[in-house]
Amino acid sequence: MNALLSVRGLGVDFETGDGPVHVLENVSLDIAPGEITGIIGESGSGKSVMAFAVMGILDPAARITGGDILFRGESLLAMDPRRRDGWRGREAAIIFQNPRAALNPIRRVGDQIGDVIARHDRPPAHALRGRVEDALRRVGIPDPARRARAWPFELSGGQCQRISIAMALACRPGLLIADEPTTGLDVTTQAAIIALIRALARENGTAVALITHDLALAAATCDRLAIMHAGHVVETAPAPTILAAPRHPYTRALLASAPALAGSINELQPIPGRLPDLRRADLPPCRFAERCPRRIARCDAPGPLGLHEAAPRHLLACRNPP
Amino acid sequence: MSMVLRRLLTAIPTLFGVVVVTFLLTRVLPGDPAVFFASNPSMSAADIAAVREHLGLDLPLRDQFLVYLGNLMHGDLGRSVATGQSVAAEFARRLPASAELTVAAFALAVAIALPLGVAAALRPGSPVDHAARLIATLGASLPSFVTGLLLIFAFYVFAGIAPEPAGRLAPFMVEPERVTGFLTLDALLAGERATFAAALRQLALPAAAMALFALAPLTRMTRAAMIATLGADFIRTARAAGLSRRTIIVTYALRNAMVPVATTMGMTFSYMLGANVLIERVFSWPGIGAFAIDSLINLDYAPLQAFMLVMAAVFITVNLATDLVTALIDPRAAR
Amino acid sequence: MTRIARHLARGNPLDLAGFALFGLLCLTAAFGPLLVAHDPLATDAAAMLQPPSARHWFGTDQIGRDILARVVVAARLDLLIAAGAVGLSMVAGSIMGAFIGYRGGWADVVVSRLVDVMMAFPLFVLAMALVAALGNSVANVVYATAIVNLPFYIRLARAEVRLRRDLGYVEAARVGGAGDGRILMRHLVPNIAAPLVIQGSVNLGWAVLNAAGLSFLGLGVRPPAAEWGIMVAEGVRFIASGQWWIATFPGLALMLAVLAFNLLGDALRDLLDPRLRT
Ligand SMILES: Nc1ncnc2c1ncn2[C@@H]1O[C@H](COP(=O)(O)OP(=O)(O)OP(=O)(O)O)[C@@H](O)[C@H]1O
Ligand SMILES: [Mg+2]
Repeated sequence: MNALLSVRGLGVDFETGDGPVHVLENVSLDIAPGEITGIIGESGSGKSVMAFAVMGILDPAARITGGDILFRGESLLAMDPRRRDGWRGREAAIIFQNPRAALNPIRRVGDQIGDVIARHDRPPAHALRGRVEDALRRVGIPDPARRARAWPFELSGGQCQRISIAMALACRPGLLIADEPTTGLDVTTQAAIIALIRALARENGTAVALITHDLALAAATCDRLAIMHAGHVVETAPAPTILAAPRHPYTRALLASAPALAGSINELQPIPGRLPDLRRADLPPCRFAERCPRRIARCDAPGPLGLHEAAPRHLLACRNPP
Repeated sequence: MSMVLRRLLTAIPTLFGVVVVTFLLTRVLPGDPAVFFASNPSMSAADIAAVREHLGLDLPLRDQFLVYLGNLMHGDLGRSVATGQSVAAEFARRLPASAELTVAAFALAVAIALPLGVAAALRPGSPVDHAARLIATLGASLPSFVTGLLLIFAFYVFAGIAPEPAGRLAPFMVEPERVTGFLTLDALLAGERATFAAALRQLALPAAAMALFALAPLTRMTRAAMIATLGADFIRTARAAGLSRRTIIVTYALRNAMVPVATTMGMTFSYMLGANVLIERVFSWPGIGAFAIDSLINLDYAPLQAFMLVMAAVFITVNLATDLVTALIDPRAAR
Repeated sequence: MTRIARHLARGNPLDLAGFALFGLLCLTAAFGPLLVAHDPLATDAAAMLQPPSARHWFGTDQIGRDILARVVVAARLDLLIAAGAVGLSMVAGSIMGAFIGYRGGWADVVVSRLVDVMMAFPLFVLAMALVAALGNSVANVVYATAIVNLPFYIRLARAEVRLRRDLGYVEAARVGGAGDGRILMRHLVPNIAAPLVIQGSVNLGWAVLNAAGLSFLGLGVRPPAAEWGIMVAEGVRFIASGQWWIATFPGLALMLAVLAFNLLGDALRDLLDPRLRT
């Protein structure tokens, strides 16, 4: 297996006042080098939690209950914490939604990028400024020498996201996780940011995990798609396959509910029901079962529900696929 | 820069208001300064009138105010009726005592509260956190004059390790040559280590009593601000970028948390100015607070008036300084 | 009420301690004089400066008065001063603040400036000067404490009303023909009650400290009245000779009272305004 990142059967619980929340269960996902993988699911399906688990920045209340995360074949969970600190930012990076809040409000943006470069690449002091300006230039910021001295509050949301990208890619990591990078930006800026991420990824051979609600955007941008529902990965396949021949009932429902993908406005259908409450102790093996039109007795039979190969490069977690 | 100017300008009306209030307050005080002399049976009504005239009390209120303002401009804070001494001179003599006490106590409180608050925020629910919360709650409930007395009892009467709480230096010691007016500093400058140690020992208890008082708000705010900052998105970004723990805590979290903490520091310093009065009384500290209280009890109002003016001026300066510090930390505040 | 009960049942022990201490304090203030075994003012030349004993739990002072009796009886006076001061300034301050916040204009400018000026003095010093100016009496301690607390309520009420005056329900009331006074009293003031109550409970602790501090300096309450600040002041002379109990017990009572109000303030804050929880 030549995956860059391989999430294997990952489980994550959150301890809360009213008992544990089973946020991720048996999540598996491979990301190949240089590929753009879209991770799609409703709000609360655990996309961010998975991303944070990979980066090792989970909230203290989170507990990894099982599974492993491999990066270039090495377990991140078993990695020495000090090495893991060095791994973050150099080998893998993440950008978040709400780019303005993601930047330190009282530090010049150039210094924030410089902090990352200085930490991982330790260039000689006189070279740092040049590196920062390079990083800014690559993300399309005009007049980098001047912009490096700007404060975050002086920049627009789109520009802040460009700064975040510059920071993330400053040390040319092999993996970039983009967690809803365009939420809250206006439409033209959204397109520009996505185009920028794509271009930089192609240029550097960076693998990208693009987390989004927006199936149409993901379909247009990504090589592969992974569909998540309530803490499960339910289906992964090349993007065209998902669009043309989805197998999981949830994926189908998702496609039917996406305005840009449904044939006409009349064909738009909301997904019935809601995500199950993840605090429940009696969560069914298939967490979509309670919303699923194809539910049969076999769906509720005890035992873990894993991904199986429905076709080459097409993985599915469903006991009664159409 | 423009922000500094703007702040200076807004301080002017407040300062003027302070002068007016101080003036009015002393005019409605029940003790007509002339009556002070009237209690002397050898004075006739004519003598009293002469005193009133001498003090300018026969003029209309507006003219009295103008005279008062004019005197202030010349640094004339009036005369103590009781001693006949210039209040300004007395203040110049006593101000360093109050300042040394307040600054020492403040430095002590900050030196404890900041690390404690930060440590508590870094480990919520840990023993350090519980200690910080206890201090924040209990400390705010301590009347400084009671803590002062308890400290005297514990360290002077009972354990016998503190010197007698009677001023800044034991009577038999010679004060070092005056440079800053802070006895500890002056002793160091003069190279007199014994004097330095003695002055520090005198300073320790009152400074501790006052620091206890300041500890609560500082710890509480440091902890709260640090917790809020550590939960901010940009800290998550810094962690995800693999920055070192030190950089994250100091450069990213603490600097941001310092914005509200600086404001609290300013407020706490001002509260300490008020508490000074009580502490100086308990420890017989020869500062301006003790002087003001003695004058108040003797119905001698010029010192009280001057005291309030000085306090308000210090307060306004501290506020200004707080704003400047905030603007230095936070570019958004500098606009 | 049920909300408070449920919150307490969930059991933050500090909140519980706050309510318990507060209850104890109120009971002491109400029934204290009935409970004590000694007359708080009766001197006894045969029992001067006695350390705590089975007969005098907290000892006796320099003229043989029972300190426990005096500490207990003093609760009423100290709490009345604090409650009176806070009540006065809460009512006056929030009405003034709500009015200038609602009206704006020159009244707002003038009052806000005045508040700035007041806040430029250390509050305790201002209270001291006010008592001196108004005259040395218990009532004047109440007024002085109330006056120096005014700025908090004015600022709070002004800010809250300014936030709300243009909101939908106020607009609706105005369109519905309600007058300004009615809008203020019926629609705005009730909505700012929670922050005012929180501020009030925190201020109570401060007011107790303030009053005790004043009487410690000889302002306001006069001997031989039993009051914590005075009792501490009377005990100062005896600390050096080792008679610690005279100042310590009233000092501790004062501390406990302030602690009770501070804990109560924190608990109410948690209860009424979860946003501010620290
Ligand atoms: N700190 C936490 N404590 C308890 N539960 C949490 C915590 N963080 C996340 N969760 C739960 O984990 C689940 C998944 O959250 P996550 O943020 O990963 O969703 P998401 O797919 O990223 O959604 P969105 O599209 O809204 O970002 C949610 O049900 C959420 O309630
Ligand atoms: Mg998310």
